[in-house]
Amino acid sequence: MNIVVCIKQVPDTTEVRIDPKTNTLIREGVASIINPFDLYAIEEGVRLKEKFGGKVTVISMGPKQVENALREAISLGADEAVLMSDRAFAGSDTLATSLALSEGIRKTGFDVIICGKQAIDGDTAQVGPGIAAHLDIPQITYVKKIESINDGKILAERMVEEGYEVVESTLPVLITVVKEINEPRLPSLKGKMKAKKTEIKIITSEDLGIDKTKIGLDGSPTWVMKIFTPPKKEGGKIFEGSTEEVVAKLVSELQDNLI
Amino acid sequence: MGIEIEIEKCVGCGACIKACPYNAISMRDKIAYIDEEKCTLCGACVESCKFDAIIMRVHHEDAVRDLTAYKNVWVVAEQKKGEIQSVSYELLGAGRKLADDRNSKLGAVLIGKEIHKQAEKLIKRGADKVYVAEHKDLEYFNDESYSRILANLIRKEKPEIVLTGATAIGRALIPRVAVQIKTGLTADCTSLAVDPDSGLLLQTRPAFGGNIMATILCRDYRPQMATVRHKVMKEIEPDPSRKGDIITVKPTETDLKSRTRVLKLVEEIESTLNIAEADIIVSGGRGLKGPENFHLIEELAKAFGGAVGASRAAVDAGWIPYSHQVGQTGKTVCPKMYIACGISGAIQHKVGMQSSDCIIAINKDPNAPIFEIATYGVVGDVVEVLPKLTDAVKKILKK
Repeated sequence: MNIVVCIKQVPDTTEVRIDPKTNTLIREGVASIINPFDLYAIEEGVRLKEKFGGKVTVISMGPKQVENALREAISLGADEAVLMSDRAFAGSDTLATSLALSEGIRKTGFDVIICGKQAIDGDTAQVGPGIAAHLDIPQITYVKKIESINDGKILAERMVEEGYEVVESTLPVLITVVKEINEPRLPSLKGKMKAKKTEIKIITSEDLGIDKTKIGLDGSPTWVMKIFTPPKKEGGKIFEGSTEEVVAKLVSELQDNLI
Repeated sequence: MGIEIEIEKCVGCGACIKACPYNAISMRDKIAYIDEEKCTLCGACVESCKFDAIIMRVHHEDAVRDLTAYKNVWVVAEQKKGEIQSVSYELLGAGRKLADDRNSKLGAVLIGKEIHKQAEKLIKRGADKVYVAEHKDLEYFNDESYSRILANLIRKEKPEIVLTGATAIGRALIPRVAVQIKTGLTADCTSLAVDPDSGLLLQTRPAFGGNIMATILCRDYRPQMATVRHKVMKEIEPDPSRKGDIITVKPTETDLKSRTRVLKLVEEIESTLNIAEADIIVSGGRGLKGPENFHLIEELAKAFGGAVGASRAAVDAGWIPYSHQVGQTGKTVCPKMYIACGISGAIQHKVGMQSSDCIIAINKDPNAPIFEIATYGVVGDVVEVLPKLTDAVKKILKK
């Protein structure tokens, strides 16, 4: 089985702070990590390989430093890694990104494509379904369990607001996964060794023979007009004292203001 | 590179440095300099420059030539089991305002099985026109058939703006539509407005875990499409006297083709309400000490008629299912009131709830970070505070 896992390197948004003086993002020293949801995608890919055979290819788009994220994915059990790196990709929004990735994936071949539910920096959840649409294959989003794969069909549980749906699809398919799907393993020693040695395949827009007007800034219908920091929450009221006292104070505030 | 500093215009004020979320701009000889390695061409600096010294060259080869051919605002209604979901009414609330600002009509698209009787509800809530696509195979949301029907309808009717809910369904459906039509899509907007000068849709959304807000434009393609975060936009009260047109859309055989199908729906949330829908959420964390105390959360939620949430710690410990998890790897919520009980307020939790209108935090540790964003903070042991609070709330609400 040809399994492709799409990953994104993101700034660890939990480390991003706002400079109280200038009201801007402080990004110095903020680590780059594999998007947390993508770790579940890698793990699920590796589990599928262990069950059905085949190989897991991780693919990512971004600057050269994304190589680190791809090597980490190898240490976690992926077999091959592809980095789509080219200045021509810069400025891509979700439409252009999903187009570029779909072309990269087309080159590697695929039966199952796995993406994390969304990336924590952009939080759009649009690139997975976008790739499926560009490749014209079915998709199952928010997968929390793969029940079975056989006879060219997959049965998976998709999380929805009130529970989950059991969805059947033909292969090839693209799925996006949530945290509940598995417990990612830690890198093995063997994996780490392999990660050091594995050659990361670099692909440029030329290699893909992709129309440059369809990628990067020119291929992106949306752009950022401005960025600003959200208004700060005003300091609240803190109640301390005995349990009776604090409950009474809180309740009186709630009565006055809310209920 | 697609972005340049016009040296003659740059005065070295440094406004762009602050605007750049990627630390890509610095001053060299008192003139702004963009580091190509770091710049992602996001465009945030262009608007920040008061001197028009930053030029971003974008050439949209296949831009829509005749933008005026696109009129009206559409919302995609969401139905489950034949019932219209509340997020649809919120979309109509937001869409009505945009349509009025654009002097245009508000349309709604409704797809399902035997659903036409529901169309009136959308009219009463603000729609001028409802497009209804019905078929027995459209009972459950289906990524392929729904997206094809919607894309074909958009191609034919040419709306200027299309909104969907940023729900499990909306977020799966609309990116496929955007690709089929080739237009821009902005995810998870918390504010939408029409720019009075350009008439363009200003789509504002949180990014970087809610640390910054970004306003996104789609200038050259139509429709301008966005998903809208649930519980942010206000519904309009239904007006029984409102009139509108209901238009039947007949799905073709090709429209209905799909390689996926839903075999069944398993409803899982056992307690009162699902957290995405709730106006009040009571959330429990590690401070509860064990699963035996989680009923305290459920009781307070019940007293308020609210939903039960949880921190990652409580979910990972197996005290409550993952579907209740609020935060970075769970759900993002913004209820009117969020009560965090025994939750320290790690940033991963905060990003999932910090846009709630009112935040109440109960925690033993007066230095817990949750207090930094709390409207009201109570320093105390949740296991002691909760029963008393629940009793008091019950008494008040009875009156």
